[in-house]
Amino acid sequence: MEHIKKLYDWLDNRTGIRSHIREVLFENVPGGSRWRYVWGSTLTFALMIQFITGIFLWMGYSPSGQTAWESVYYINNHMTGGHFLRGLHHWTAQVMTVLLVLHLMQVVIDGAYRAPREVNFWFGVILLKLTLALSLTGYLLPWDQKGYWATKVATDILGGTPLIGEQLKTLVLGGSDYGHHTLTRFFALHAGILPISVIALTAGHIYLFRRHGIHPKKPLKGPDEFFWPEQVLKDAVACLAVLVTVLVLHFSFNGAHLDAPADPSTNYPARPDWYFLFLFQFLKYFPGHWEVLGAIVLPGIAMTLIFLMPIIGKSEKGHKFNVGLLFGILIFAAVLTYAAVSADKKNESLQASKAQADREAELVKNMAANGIPPEGALALLQGPKLFAAHCASCHTYGGEDGLGRPVEKPSAPDLKGFASREYLTDLLHPDRFNSEKFFGNTAHAKKSKMQEFLEDEFGDIEEDDLLRKDMDKLVKAISAEAKLPAQVKADKADKADIEAGHELFEEIGCVDCHALGGWNADEYSAPDLTGYGSREWMMGIVHDPENERFYGSKNDRMPAFGRDEKLTRKQMERIVDWLRGE
Amino acid sequence: MSKENVSSQEESQPDRRDFIKGASCAIGAAIGAVPMAAGVRVVLDPLSRQATAEGGAEFIRLADVSDLPESEPMKFAIVEDKTDKWSRYKDVPVGAVYLLKETGDSSADDAEAPVSVIAYNTVCPHLGCFVDYRKDEQDFFCPCHDSNFDLEGNLLKGVSPRAMDTLEVDEEKLKAGEIWVKFQRFKSNTKEKIAL
Repeated sequence: MEHIKKLYDWLDNRTGIRSHIREVLFENVPGGSRWRYVWGSTLTFALMIQFITGIFLWMGYSPSGQTAWESVYYINNHMTGGHFLRGLHHWTAQVMTVLLVLHLMQVVIDGAYRAPREVNFWFGVILLKLTLALSLTGYLLPWDQKGYWATKVATDILGGTPLIGEQLKTLVLGGSDYGHHTLTRFFALHAGILPISVIALTAGHIYLFRRHGIHPKKPLKGPDEFFWPEQVLKDAVACLAVLVTVLVLHFSFNGAHLDAPADPSTNYPARPDWYFLFLFQFLKYFPGHWEVLGAIVLPGIAMTLIFLMPIIGKSEKGHKFNVGLLFGILIFAAVLTYAAVSADKKNESLQASKAQADREAELVKNMAANGIPPEGALALLQGPKLFAAHCASCHTYGGEDGLGRPVEKPSAPDLKGFASREYLTDLLHPDRFNSEKFFGNTAHAKKSKMQEFLEDEFGDIEEDDLLRKDMDKLVKAISAEAKLPAQVKADKADKADIEAGHELFEEIGCVDCHALGGWNADEYSAPDLTGYGSREWMMGIVHDPENERFYGSKNDRMPAFGRDEKLTRKQMERIVDWLRGE
Repeated sequence: MSKENVSSQEESQPDRRDFIKGASCAIGAAIGAVPMAAGVRVVLDPLSRQATAEGGAEFIRLADVSDLPESEPMKFAIVEDKTDKWSRYKDVPVGAVYLLKETGDSSADDAEAPVSVIAYNTVCPHLGCFVDYRKDEQDFFCPCHDSNFDLEGNLLKGVSPRAMDTLEVDEEKLKAGEIWVKFQRFKSNTKEKIAL
């Protein structure tokens, strides 16, 4: 203790820190500490959380069209504690918006904007706007569907500004369309320009606040007190309550949501974050070129009136007008927000596309766990999307269309896990080959030699261990042809079984119809199983199933996607790679 | 209100004021620690991750013996699939090796002369700079801190703590005329060669 005091003396001697700390701590609070004075401190605290969590998030964030979503996903789903860090940042931002309104209400109701505090009030209003700008810019940074589409609406509104709108929008986007520079610009705003402005203005705000002292709420409740420790404790407890609120929100909403990556080709219901919903709803009442009125003119007038409050509020009447105005705006906003939310709830197609967006978000996150190609996560979704559009009218993927929607009546085999060991074990089971999951609804089901063969050879598979072992080897051998990425290790380990499977292929008579790795390479009458399930084989069958190598003239309705140019090579590759789990 | 009044007020309830002071400090510290700890935890994430090269490197085919000049190192880029955080790349350069072929004396009988191939990681064992091969001096030279090595990889002079790092060459494949090398990285600036 003695040493600390000495060190403190030494420091004070050189910096005069003691008197500064005294000045801060022993600020006079007229009438004693009160709970209604805590709002400014809670905002400062929220700001501090945002700076800390923001800088740490910065260490993992990478702003570009192919890495923004991906890096946020990586922070959120893979880094230790990343989910919590992002949740803190996100939910503190939400809570901060509420605190801003509460702070403003307290100031207006108490008339704390009156002379000589006008300038400080204006500082506060600008800080309010800066914070909203931080929310707006931060919303885009994850580059997910909701951020992308909502921000698009916001920048289109900006583009509607009279005279300079288009130029303004181009400058904000860093080009005529959304791209890399939209993100770098938004990020520079969000993590650079806006925070620096906030720091500068907050410093000014607090300096002026100290200069004028607390605006005491009359009647005073008791004798004066110093800021330390009574008011400090109240402030600390309030900040604690803010933190607890943030934590409760984080845990009850399971962190901050991350939608599927931004996709200009998918319909997504663009909605701003909740605190801008009233403005969004407001625009619904302004058709066509009146939009400027609702988007810019009227909010501008409201903002100007708020700005002028210290001057309007000079008289008692003016003050009452201010309070009325603020409550009017808040009630109006609340009503509009309610209208927006309830309209969305009733809108079934919107709910459906939201649910679909959530499914796609889940899907892409699962796929991204195995690594994301350099083109970005959006490319991952192209496989299932193309499958849903072109294949799912007949095929299914685990009973669904590839995007998580159930398929009513499939007429061709399910392709989930195609050519994997599990898949073949299921497919080659005599009870299941002709089930709806595989060939049951195809032309191959009726006069199926294959079904007969399976029943003859493997009819007793449930009872006979030896048969099951044979099947196992056969499956391993055929599956190894696919060289599936997920099976590389297993294929390597089971070399002996695979060789035995090859022998069995010949022995039990698969070769009578099929070919496999040299067996019956010339005279097969059923699909050539050499390279079955490999990328090349699958590209081949999608290209042209009527090729002799596959079904030839026995092809049942499967289109020749490549031969007939229904799909490009790249599109077929995306489907095939997705099916193979590349 | 004067200072004396406040201090007399303080003296009248010393316990309460001490409690308030303590509580303020405690709450302040706790609520500040939460965002800080949340951030630090994420920053420390890399420490809890193993290097991505799982299960050790595999042999990669780089060239045929006949491609190499006699007794003169030749540089080859190592191109591999790579995972970097969320990204998965196919066939990107991850490093380079020098291959040096030495053909032994073919003895009197017609037996084929024994061929040996040495593979070096091109990275200097000192602090990881890319080592140059100097044709005129017939040595390897590190342009950062001036270590140089003879063609056998031995340190001639300079600050490197050990000789150039050799890489494993598949002897069986070599007999068949193919050069397969196991590309590895090693800890820098240690006397021993420690694979990473």
